[in-house]
Amino acid sequence: MDWIFLQETFVSLVSAVPLTLLLAANSIVLGAVLAVGIAVARFSAIAPLRWLAQAYVFVFRGTPLLVQLFIIYYGLSQFPAIRHSLLWPILREPYWCAVLALALNTAAYASEIVRGGLLSVPFGQIEAARACGMSRFMIFRRITLPLGVRQALPGYGNEMIAMVKATSLASIITLMEVTGVAARIISESYRAIEVFVVAGAIYLAINFLLTRLVQFVEFRLSPHLRQPVAVLPAIIEGEAH
Amino acid sequence: MTQPGILELLSFGPGGWGNILLAGATMTILIALSGYATGAVIGVFGAWAKVRGGPATRLAADVYTTVLRGIPDLLVIYLLYFGGSAAISAIGHFFGAEGFIGFPGFLAGMLAVGITSGAQHTEVFRGAFRAVHPGEIEAAIACGMPRWLRFRRIVAPLTLRHALPGLGNVWQVVLKESALVSITGVAELLRQSQIAAGSTGLPFDFYLIAGGIYLAISTVSSAVLHRAEHHFSRGVRRS
Repeated sequence: MDWIFLQETFVSLVSAVPLTLLLAANSIVLGAVLAVGIAVARFSAIAPLRWLAQAYVFVFRGTPLLVQLFIIYYGLSQFPAIRHSLLWPILREPYWCAVLALALNTAAYASEIVRGGLLSVPFGQIEAARACGMSRFMIFRRITLPLGVRQALPGYGNEMIAMVKATSLASIITLMEVTGVAARIISESYRAIEVFVVAGAIYLAINFLLTRLVQFVEFRLSPHLRQPVAVLPAIIEGEAH
Repeated sequence: MTQPGILELLSFGPGGWGNILLAGATMTILIALSGYATGAVIGVFGAWAKVRGGPATRLAADVYTTVLRGIPDLLVIYLLYFGGSAAISAIGHFFGAEGFIGFPGFLAGMLAVGITSGAQHTEVFRGAFRAVHPGEIEAAIACGMPRWLRFRRIVAPLTLRHALPGLGNVWQVVLKESALVSITGVAELLRQSQIAAGSTGLPFDFYLIAGGIYLAISTVSSAVLHRAEHHFSRGVRRS
């Protein structure tokens, strides 16, 4: 075991972790916003809006992420209109192209997860909210969305992990995140196994923390499933007196 | 310069890229199918290790699925491509060959897709086996079927039926993952589109066409899988 090589590899790979995290965080946040919009559009009363959302999900789930990334990064620059537009400073950057492709891709998958969550909200709850005189938007904000999000969270956690893994594709369009740096070290040193072990350990650590974070949020969001701990004996004691 | 239309780009004649893209699509399907088959074999053994294995084999299977679900597929492809090349070069040097010997990209891609999808196959088969009603196995034992016959006639067909929807999902993932193999230079669909995009200066058109072909393959295969599901669920009462 060449500990010095492992240590050097670890140091250079860890310095690429912020870019991986930044890519993942940006695309997850952007994708989540889009996903809620698409999921709501799937329930819309306006048929063309429904079809549009359906087509979006079909196209983005049916094609490889790498193709989507290439269309955005290499493909869009084909048009002079885009090269001269206001968006060009953004679309010129591989970083923003990667964020855009990842966000558009995760939005399609996440919208299905959110849709499942929203569908799982019991109708009685919505009926009760209506009976209380809540407006449609307020019902969505206070009842449907929080309950739906809680239902969707485990599935969404998997999607977030998939996104962290998907950031590795950014290395193909020259971004030096963890996989990019790992590929560079491998092609310089031809010591694939050592670099793979270190890079793999870094990804596993990120995903382990992410899983824990999702579990924590899920725990906080479902107080109704937990035993009320210390309160119960006190009440019984109080009644005994 | 006049822009060639999309039909001209797709034509099979001179100046058209139809046959090259078709060859690429065939290669993509070949990589996906061989990787999928490799993954299925790994998955059967993985599921068997998880269900029937002792503590050591179960731990090994758990580590395998956890690791492969936590690291990017691209990293696995790099490992097999570069690692394989290094290993082959070392073997070559041992027999007196000079310089660098490349690992075949197709083999690296097939193995990478197989190893990553193997983790998903493992979970699909394990879940499907759990869904087989214990009463059915008990009934087979009561009929006096020996272990192998029981597996062949009862456990395998029932597990496969339960696994079919999950297997379809894994196939869709594998098909899209096969695009990553293009980085090893294998002439699959995305690689061919890259070549076409480079030499015509029309990246948007060619990547869009590639996306369309992927979409077509996945749509057709999902229709086939749907029919298969329907076929193998004959005799199942739906409430």
